[in-house]
This record gives sequence, structure tokens and C-alpha cells, in this order.
Amino acid sequence: MSLLDVRDLSVVFQRRGERPFTAVDKVSFTVEPGQTVGLVGESGCGKSVTSLAIMGLLPKRGNKVTGEVLFEGTDLLKLRPDDMRDRRGREISMIFQDPLSSLNPVIPIGIQVAEVLERHQGRDRKQALRESRELLDAVGIPDPQRRLTEYPHQISGGMRQRALIAIALACKPRLLIADEPTTALDVTIQAQILTLLKQLVDETGTALVMITHDLGVVAGLCDTVNVLYGGKVVERERRHELFAHARHPYTHGLLNSVPRLDSPRGERLHAIRGSVADNIPWVEGCAFAPRCDNVVDACLEGPPPLEPTATGGDLRCNNPVSEEVAVR
Amino acid sequence: MSDPTTQAGTPAPRSGDDKPRPGMSERSIGVLGDRKKARLDELARASAADRGGVSLVRDAARRLRRNPVAIIGAAIVGLFVLVAIFAPLIAPHDPVQRFDELTKNLTVDTIPGASGEFPLGSDPLGRDFLSRMIYGARQTLFVGVLATLIGLALGVLIGAIAGAFGGWVDVVLMRLTDVMLALPSLLLAITLVAMASRSSQWTVIFAVAIVSVPIFARLLRGSMLAQRESDHVLAARALGVKERNIVLRHMLPNSLTAVIVQATLTFAVAILDAAALSFLGLGDPDINRAEWGLMLGVDGQRYFEVRPELAYYPALAIIVVALGFTLLGEAMREAIDPKNRR
Amino acid sequence: MTEQTEPLIELRDVKVHFPIKSGLLFDRTVGYVYAVDGVSLSIRKGETYGLVGESGCGKSTLGRGLLRLVEPTEGEIIFDGTDVRSLKGEAMRRARRRMQMIFQDPLSSLDPRQSVESLLVEGLKAHGLADDKAETNRRLRETLEAVGLPASSLSKYPHEFSGGQRQRIGIARALVLNPDLIVADEPVSALDVSIQAQVLNLLEDLQNERGLTYLIIAHDLAVVRHIADTVGVMYLGGLVEEASSDDLYREPMHPYTRALMSAVPVPDPLVEDRRERILLAGDLPSPTNPPSGCRFHTRCPWAQPTRCADERPQLRDVVGGHRVACHFAEDIASGKIRPHEVEVELVRPTDGTGPVDPPGELIPTP
Repeated sequence: MSLLDVRDLSVVFQRRGERPFTAVDKVSFTVEPGQTVGLVGESGCGKSVTSLAIMGLLPKRGNKVTGEVLFEGTDLLKLRPDDMRDRRGREISMIFQDPLSSLNPVIPIGIQVAEVLERHQGRDRKQALRESRELLDAVGIPDPQRRLTEYPHQISGGMRQRALIAIALACKPRLLIADEPTTALDVTIQAQILTLLKQLVDETGTALVMITHDLGVVAGLCDTVNVLYGGKVVERERRHELFAHARHPYTHGLLNSVPRLDSPRGERLHAIRGSVADNIPWVEGCAFAPRCDNVVDACLEGPPPLEPTATGGDLRCNNPVSEEVAVR
Repeated sequence: MSDPTTQAGTPAPRSGDDKPRPGMSERSIGVLGDRKKARLDELARASAADRGGVSLVRDAARRLRRNPVAIIGAAIVGLFVLVAIFAPLIAPHDPVQRFDELTKNLTVDTIPGASGEFPLGSDPLGRDFLSRMIYGARQTLFVGVLATLIGLALGVLIGAIAGAFGGWVDVVLMRLTDVMLALPSLLLAITLVAMASRSSQWTVIFAVAIVSVPIFARLLRGSMLAQRESDHVLAARALGVKERNIVLRHMLPNSLTAVIVQATLTFAVAILDAAALSFLGLGDPDINRAEWGLMLGVDGQRYFEVRPELAYYPALAIIVVALGFTLLGEAMREAIDPKNRR
Repeated sequence: MTEQTEPLIELRDVKVHFPIKSGLLFDRTVGYVYAVDGVSLSIRKGETYGLVGESGCGKSTLGRGLLRLVEPTEGEIIFDGTDVRSLKGEAMRRARRRMQMIFQDPLSSLDPRQSVESLLVEGLKAHGLADDKAETNRRLRETLEAVGLPASSLSKYPHEFSGGQRQRIGIARALVLNPDLIVADEPVSALDVSIQAQVLNLLEDLQNERGLTYLIIAHDLAVVRHIADTVGVMYLGGLVEEASSDDLYREPMHPYTRALMSAVPVPDPLVEDRRERILLAGDLPSPTNPPSGCRFHTRCPWAQPTRCADERPQLRDVVGGHRVACHFAEDIASGKIRPHEVEVELVRPTDGTGPVDPPGELIPTP
């Protein structure tokens, strides 16, 4: 059994006086224990909403969540709010993009870590503080004894993200969801945090869902990558296969449009036309069709199905980039 | 929306990399039939249809029209404004005329109640209470609106000077407003009215106006200072726009919206303040003038045990009209909030 | 390609220090943020100069200081033969036509109340170029076409466009004045990945068509490498390395540049799996109290007991135009000096330092 099995997850936002908006459209993917899975896409592709829906953190009103989120066989969407709250932080944790706004500014860092241990593990304050010092040490925060009594504003951005990782991993969860954990950080700090995450995942056996827009981050980290576009998974591949030959025109275009540090200079970037504003609704056809170089008539006759590929992945495309062109 | 130029805004030019590149046509192996191409254009147009030349103000107005809170607020305010404007047509009687039918029954302990000709009965001087209430809308709104406008004008002037010049001008003006803010607003108004040799409706208006000046001034100044640091002001400066134009065309207009919303909310406060001054006996001494605060404060208070309606109706009218302005102001604040922008 | 041409703009020892004010009634200066502390560089006509560095290194402040959007404290800015800093009032305002800026956040840098037409005309009016109505109209349409926007955009407002289109409006606003130099501060970092390429391609096309000179400021090394001819790396207010784009990426010589380059993720698992990262130690020191000597010595894995702590290295030509501000650049390049462990120094985030971002933090992997 998979650790996490998301089946046909949909999130529809319905605001008063506005047309309903489908942010996540029947997304399915699985995470095996200890595996690192990437959800990749640009703003508005539904990757963050997916993670919030899994965590049960979407606002109570104004949206409709359907489908199944099976965590070790239990459908999280059917849990009572109390049961879900109990699992959050203990079995599934999440870290967010902005470490400052995710920490409580008026509570010392040590206490914030300790509180999680007290709530979920039933530790007393003394024991919890001792453990939180060890956790801060484990995530590479120097002089953890002193950090225990310091407030979030007294430490730098990278250290805050480390503190958040310590909180998230305090109860040794089986699944960690990281939503753009390094986007707000400088590259040298990003390298630090990614190295730390990789190391912790290896040591503790925690499965990781990495949500990012940065293909570079995914390339070094994820076992399997789900590429999202317009709320649907358009391509799913194992890491090496995906980067070696991306078949979906969107993934392919994305890989060709980012300048690479190691690519020869002077080559023109192959940009993808238009923007997500040009998307057509999936019921009409492929949402990417207006921006796609490979568009064919079939692309405007309803949504293409997600079909298995020869390399063991899945692909949602009527006219994928041919194997020869796809190889970079 | 059928203007062909707005339609031209779809796939080709507005979608980014429009210039054909050598090698690109070879790359694009996709082929689209004519009918499908037309369908694609149609879909693109549909998504572009609801956009097109809508300024922020119009956008906010559109949101305002859809907000039930705004509609209720506007309805209340509109109703009172209509009553005020058409008071002579609506009121059944002259508000200052004392009627014999009423005065003959008037004693220290009895004030005539409702009757067919006088639906709300009499006031303590034998005048038609309903007509006085209707004319009261006129006077009350006049005081509130004028006081707010004077306060707004002075506040904007001070705030704009402080925000535009900064430096010591700013420091001096802001310390001045600090002093004004430090005094309780009603106390300040009472002092001002008391200082005037003869109290009249103008002293009330002026007192209420002065009290709101520091609020407007601070708000505008803060907003202008934030604008000064904003990217689009920096951009204007980088373009070489004259400093005067930057202040007048960028900083001031972008700051004013917040102040105008505040003004709507201040209407309610001004009406309440004016009523409070009248209630305390610092209002207009003219006994013929119908004004709700005065009616509540003088007659309502004195004859409360004889006829409590004399207090209830003006109080209710003040509360409802203040509520109307507050609802409208809150809805406007919500509508111009950039976070609500699509 | 443009080796012989004259420099269009030359900075000589430019410093931008922000006073830190404190006090209730009257502000008192209690210290300075040394945001830019002695930068010299020159950009030739038609060239693209890329300025990279992490947040808090002063790269944006340098860009704004160059345009005098913040007032430099010291130094000379020679633009086409005149010292921009000596220009006063109206003369400075007139000079701005030739040096334009593109901002990071296309929405916040466009006045939400102005239609695109009004945004574009504003600059023309400021320089008395909008007198002939037909001519102005022609110019607007031509500019919009150059940046890939339809003429119907003129009547629309910024909030009605997508992020990439807004950045095109920002570019059009700079372009319509027909400038010689464009300073672009993080022109693509607020945009989606697929849109970034469009804007980068556009910037390149415009340069080719109009012979523009660019100063591109960015934190993304891959972007800068792609677009710039010459790259300068900034650290804590100073330039630590400058070389042609190819040289710099082929052989980074300053220890900081090396660490920075090794940290950039590459979208290729084969590269990612093999590469070795140089992970920096400690926090970025506070720009209010920069370290003595070499600014980088507190975190440098190659720091030596002599010179580094007490002598500020000057930017010097090491090999064929490759300038490095490191005492031991040659020894590090030849492998004579090996990297060593660095002890972490604790640095507090600085509050209220104006445009300087709170510094990031780095510690070595356990």
C-alpha cells in the first residue's frame, strides 16, 4: 500500500457572484514510504492548493473538495476536523515558503518546537525542551541551547527555515510536504536547505512531497516528478527519464526556456508562447493548446486522457514531442 | 466589446513571443485545421471579453454594485438624502407653525400624541413632530456633510503639504495634529463652541470639522509617504517627470481614495458629534430650527417621562443614517482594497 | 564584440551609505548602512553588464544610485562624458531621458490609475516630446509593437494584463523615450518561468535593433550568464569579481563566486547528482558593521591568517581582463591553497536598514 494515494482530487473555488474556478482538476498521484515526489508547475497550476487540500488546510467556506486522499488507507478528507488536527504535525507535516510568517513572532523558537512535542508526544516541558534542543542541533542551527529562548526575528531567514523544518520533523512524521521551501531564500542558502532536506529524508525515512516551480530544485531531489498545468497532471515521470526526454510540449518547452548555467552562451531561449491567461477550459480541450507548438485538431475535442508511457510514466497529450526531439 | 481592436488582442500579439523565429516553424510539428483554429480564437475571445479598458475606479464601482452591504448602505443614505431634498413636499405641515389643536392640549405633563392629522403627535411647543423630523433630515445632513467637507478640505491640505514636502514641514505639521488628536474630540468641539462669543449652527459645523482635520491629515500624509517610497513613484522619477507632477499626478490621487473612504465614515461621526453638541446644549440656539440632535437633546431629554417618543424618533433617525454612511464607507473600503482586485 | 568602443557609463568609487536615524522628536544619526561601498565599473556602448549577488549585497542600491534615484554619498558617475552627480535639478531631470529603468515588480511599478497610454505619454510629456499628437500616437504604437503588445492595449489598465505583459509595458515605458542606457533591476524574477524566456528574448531583440546598453541586476546567475557580456559579482557592498560572462563561468576565481556558482541548481539530474557544493559558513555580516579587511574573510573557506583580515583587497586584473578582489586569487586557482573548515560567526539580522534585505545565513553541512 502506498503511503499517500491521492485519487481524483478536485478543488473548486466558488466565490459569491463569481464563476466557479477549478483550481485542482482530478489530480491523482501516489507517494511510497521514503520516496521524494515533486509537484512542479507555475503559479496557478494548482500545486499549492493540492497540498493544502491534502493537509485539510483550505478555508472552510468558498471551496469544494472532492476525491480521495488515502493516507495509509484512511481517507483524510473524511476525517473529523479534530482527528485531522491530531494527525497534522504528527503523521504529516508541512513547511511553507515564508519562514517568518509561519512562525509565531511572540513565542521563543525553543518553545514552539517543544509545544509540538508536548501536544503530540505527551512530553513534559523539560523533556520537550531537551528534545527540541537536539532537533535544532540536527537541523544545523548553531548553539541550539541559546536559540531555545530566542524569538524568530532574532535569527536570519535561513535559520528560520531550519527551525521550521525542526518543528515539522519533531514528531518524526511519515510524510513531509514542502511548499516552495527555498523560494524566499538566496541561492547559497537554498543549497544549504536542500542539502539538509535530502539528508534528513535519507536518515529518517520520511517521504517528501516537494512543491516547487524550480526545475533545478527537482532535478537534484525528487524520485518522481508530477508536472501540473491548469490544475491537471500533464506528465509524470521518474526524474532521469523526465529530464532526459520530456514528452509533454509544456514540460519540454519549460526545460528549453530556462537559461542554464552550464549551457553554451548566445543561444536563443526557446520561449513558450503566451501566458496562463490564454488557457482554455479543460472541458473544451487541452488547456495548454493555445500556447502549444504541437497542437492538433484532437486537442480541441475535450481533455486528452492521462495515459501510461513506454518508460513507465504517464502523459496527457495527443501529440507529444517525439522521442528524438525530446532528447536534449 | 464588439470593437475590432479589442478582439485583435488575442492570440498572436498579446501572447508573448510573437515574432516568427528562424527554426521555429520547423519545430512546431502541430497542425490545426481551420475550424479548430476558429474555435480556438473564439475561446480566446470569450476569456478576453470581460476585460478591456476598465479603470480601477470603474472596477471598484462594479464590485460596489454587487455588494449587498453597499446596496443597503446606499439605500439608507439615498432615502435620507431624498427626504432632506424634498422635505417641503413630503412634510404635511410647516415645521415652525404652532397649531392651536395641539397647543390647547399642551400642559407640563401632557403632550398630544398621534392623531389623524399629526401622525407623530406634537412637540412640546405644539408643532407637528413628523414635519420637524422630516425637516430635521435636511438640517442634520447639512451639518454633517458640510462639517465633513470642511474637515476633509483642511485635512487634505495639511496632509498633502506634510506628505509632499516632508522634512521639518512634516515634523511641525504632524506635531500640531498630534496635539489635536491628543484632546478628546468632543471636548475639543465643546471648547471651540464655548470660545465662540455666540453659538450658532456655524460654530457647530466648524467645531465638528476641526475635530476631523487631524484624522484626514494623518491618513493622507501616511499614505503619501508610503507612495513616495513606492515603485511607481520611483518609476516616474526615473522617467524624469517633474517633482510637482509626481506629487499631483501620482502621490496625491493614489492616496486620496483612502481619505475619501474615511470621509464617508466620518459623515456618520460628524452627525453624531453635531447631535452630541446639540444634546449638551451647545448647538444652534434658534428654537425654530429642526435638527435631530437638538430635538433629542433639548425636548427629548426634558420631556422624556412625558413622551419618550420625542427622544426615540430622533435617536433612531441618527442611528440609522449613521449606520447607512458606515455601511457605505466600509463597502467602499472593501471595494478599493487592491487585494480584492481580480 | 565591442572591444574598441568608448564606455557609455563609468562609475568611479561610488558609495551609497544610508544613515540610520533614531530619536523621538529630532532624528539623530546613530550609524550607517554601507549598502554600496566603493564600486568602480564601466559599461561600453551596446554592451550588457550583469550585476549578480545575493539579497543585501547592494546591487539594487547601486543601480538606483547610478540613476540617482537614491543619492550616492561619494564617487563619480560619468555618463557619456558628464558627471551625472554634478547635474542639478532641471539638468538632471533632462538627463534622465537617456537613462531609463525597468523594475522588478511590474505591477507595483505601474501606477494603477493610469492607462497604458497615459503611462507611456507621461515620460514623453516630461521631456517635451509629446507636442505633435499624430507623431506621439505613431511613436506609442511603434513602441508597443516593439515589445509585442497590441495597439488596443493603450486604453487598458495595468491590472488587466498578465505578469509578463505588465513587464512588457514597463519595458515600453522605458523604451518610448529612446534611451541609451537601461538599468533593469531583476527584470524577470517576479515572472513565471515560461514567461521569463519571452522577456529575456525581448530584451535581447531590443538591444540588437536599437543598440541599447544594459545594466542587468539579478540574483539568478543563469539569467545573467545568458544575457550579459560582462558580469560583476557583488558581495556586501563591493565588487569581488568581474569578467566576461564566459570567463567567469568557465573559471570563477573569487571564493565567493565559486560558492555562489556551485549553489545554483541545474535542471539536469546527471549534473545535480555529480556536482560538489561549496557550502558557505556563517551569516552574511551586517552592512552596518562590515568586517575589516576582505569583507568575505569571515566566511571564506580559503581565508589565510595573513592579509585577509586586515587589508581590503582591491579589484585587480588577474588574467586578461578577469578582475578579482582577492589577495590569493592565483594561489587558489592553482590549487596552492586548499579550502578549510570555517567557524560559524553569529550575526543578527539587522532591523530598519532601509533597502537592505535581512541577510541570509549559511552554515557548513554537518
